[in-house]
Amino acid sequence: MKIVYFAWVREQIGCDEEPAPEGAVTVADMLDLLRGKGGGHAAALGDESRLRFALDQLMVKSDAKLGNASELAIFPPVTGG
Amino acid sequence: MIDVQVQTERFDSGAALDALAQTGAGAVASFIGIVRADGDIAYPDRRVTALELEQYPAMTEAALRSISEAATERFGLTGAIIIHRIGRLEAGEPIVLAAAAAPHRADALDACAYLIDRLKTGAPFWKKQHFADGSAKWVEAKDSDDARAAGWE
Repeated sequence: MKIVYFAWVREQIGCDEEPAPEGAVTVADMLDLLRGKGGGHAAALGDESRLRFALDQLMVKSDAKLGNASELAIFPPVTGG
Repeated sequence: MIDVQVQTERFDSGAALDALAQTGAGAVASFIGIVRADGDIAYPDRRVTALELEQYPAMTEAALRSISEAATERFGLTGAIIIHRIGRLEAGEPIVLAAAAAPHRADALDACAYLIDRLKTGAPFWKKQHFADGSAKWVEAKDSDDARAAGWE
């Protein structure tokens, strides 16, 4: 699985994509694993209420199971239009 | 007819509305969003010179199409068009066109509001404001946008 980041999440983490660590069942589990990397990851992902998620390009909540998805996107609430 | 586009260049709103008018509609309603110079309520004395629009390319078109299809179903549209720009846009430039065609005006007007309200909370775009003093800041999502989108559920 690949993780992709957008907007200030991408800027704080310092990359736009990376391979996902193994061992997470849900989106929330994956957030915990990523925070464990410390630095920009911990800062950007610290407050879940400021984040939104998409699994294979469909918006999901953090309790969603990762299943066989190939891409998890983590980004701020959208501000288009 | 559903047409969704994501592009850096300006769009031809006249051509888009003409295309909608030819779908057998009795009414076409449209919304155009413009980059405001007085962009940020939190910084009233900082003039916005430009916006930078970022997207999630793999998701954007599917999200816009899904919103358009839902509007078509709900309001009995004969056509829907969403064109959203990305990249750097100067103050005064158009950002987005959302337009709906229906047999009668009430459905066209409601569908147009539905398209832009759902886009604001459901399509993966992010705006970064660039100010006249050289600083820059990501735009925060507004609770009022969530409330408007929720109003259609």
